[in-house]
Amino acid sequence: MKLKNWKEVTPGSVIKEAGNSVKFKTGSWRSFKPVWVEENCIQCLFCWLYCPDMAIKVKDGKRAEFDYDYCKGCGICALECPGKKGKKAIVMVEEGK
Amino acid sequence: MAKIVAVTGNEAVANALRQVNPDVCAAYPITPQTDMMQRFSSFVSDGKVKTEIILVESEHSSMSACVGASAAGGRVITATSSQGLALMYEILYIASGTRLPIVMPVVNRALSAPLNIHGDHSDAMGARDTGWIQIWSENAQESYDNAIQAFRIAEHMDIRLPAMICLDGFIISHSIERLEYLEDEEVQKFVGEFKTVNPLLDLEHPVSFGPLILPDYYMEYRRAQAEVADKVAKVTREVAAEFEKLSGRKYGLFDAYRLDDAEIGIVILNSAAGTSKDVIDNFRAKGIKAGLLKPRLYRPFPFAEVGEALKHLKAVCVLDRADAFGASFGPVYLDIAASLYPYKEKPILINKIYGLGGRDYLPQHAEDTLNELVGIAKSGSFKIAKEYIGVRE
Repeated sequence: MKLKNWKEVTPGSVIKEAGNSVKFKTGSWRSFKPVWVEENCIQCLFCWLYCPDMAIKVKDGKRAEFDYDYCKGCGICALECPGKKGKKAIVMVEEGK
Repeated sequence: MAKIVAVTGNEAVANALRQVNPDVCAAYPITPQTDMMQRFSSFVSDGKVKTEIILVESEHSSMSACVGASAAGGRVITATSSQGLALMYEILYIASGTRLPIVMPVVNRALSAPLNIHGDHSDAMGARDTGWIQIWSENAQESYDNAIQAFRIAEHMDIRLPAMICLDGFIISHSIERLEYLEDEEVQKFVGEFKTVNPLLDLEHPVSFGPLILPDYYMEYRRAQAEVADKVAKVTREVAAEFEKLSGRKYGLFDAYRLDDAEIGIVILNSAAGTSKDVIDNFRAKGIKAGLLKPRLYRPFPFAEVGEALKHLKAVCVLDRADAFGASFGPVYLDIAASLYPYKEKPILINKIYGLGGRDYLPQHAEDTLNELVGIAKSGSFKIAKEYIGVRE
């Protein structure tokens, strides 16, 4: 994306384009990455509900992959995940490992 | 037909605000401003204005409420003094950086410690680089006239910056002077309907205010704000010209009093300029070519015009009613010195700090200063570059 010059920015840094945060990819902030372990997933969709960045995709009412462009690695999904028989369906893995 | 009355500076400005009839006022009482906002809240209670008053618990909150109301799309006012202005400090930058045309009379008062409620310019000088427009006023009439013009300047579509109107605490705020009011309808017509820019309450066009701007964009926003500041002088002149047609009273970026052929001169803000002008008349009567420059638009400072107006003098004293601890000279001196620096031929400049905490500025002080300048102009050299006057040694 070409950066705007000072003559092109909006007065007072007002953002006039609603929902434009989708243009700002925050996935690079992540130091821990959530990994989906499908066999432990009970499709409760708690992760989708709790994710503050809408980084968990749902397809046809079912849990789909993470959208790593926006996942900051906060770990809330992994914390909230009830898993199956004591085994989490989301685990946090250090980036780069 | 203008109505001639005897009123205090606070009453005059409160009436200017009544005539403008703003949408929102969020203010907190502080001496010597209290009386102004008390009068304005009476106008609200008596149904003289449609303004919604927000009662707040501090000046930090009053300025914060003003920011919210202004971003929502209202014409917004507040007023303060001294510690109140100091408490607003961080929000002052938010108001200017967000380009919100809030109008705020500042009744100038000393800062603590030691605690003092009387007039000096330390409060507004501390806020001179916050991005606000500052318009300074010599007397009640100028305070009233500047308050009305401030709305037009701040709200101008090329500007959209907040503005302070500065008047001296007690000396002007509480002294009764002759004043000419404009008619309510004239003022309303002059300031016109408030025009909004990206108001938060426009639900059809949702916007976000106050985003985080990281190093990749922060300088672009600051550069854009500096560009706006450069346009203020032009708009101030245009508004003054229109105001002159309405009132017969002439205003510019500064008041140049008997300056054209002057050899020595005083630069001084606000009420003390009146005292100095009388003394300058006495010197002129004796055949001494003395003059005075009183800044009106102090921020953004019209340095090119000021330099041009002063460059031909032989000796100039800048009198500051505020100190700048640890700086080389007082705040007004530094601006004047910077304005004159580009010229090869320029006056010898000295600085005097006067009137702190309401200490009287007497005709004798102006007289002594002018006599000293006569000597400097003659000899081409000075003894003391910066000194405190009216202080017990």
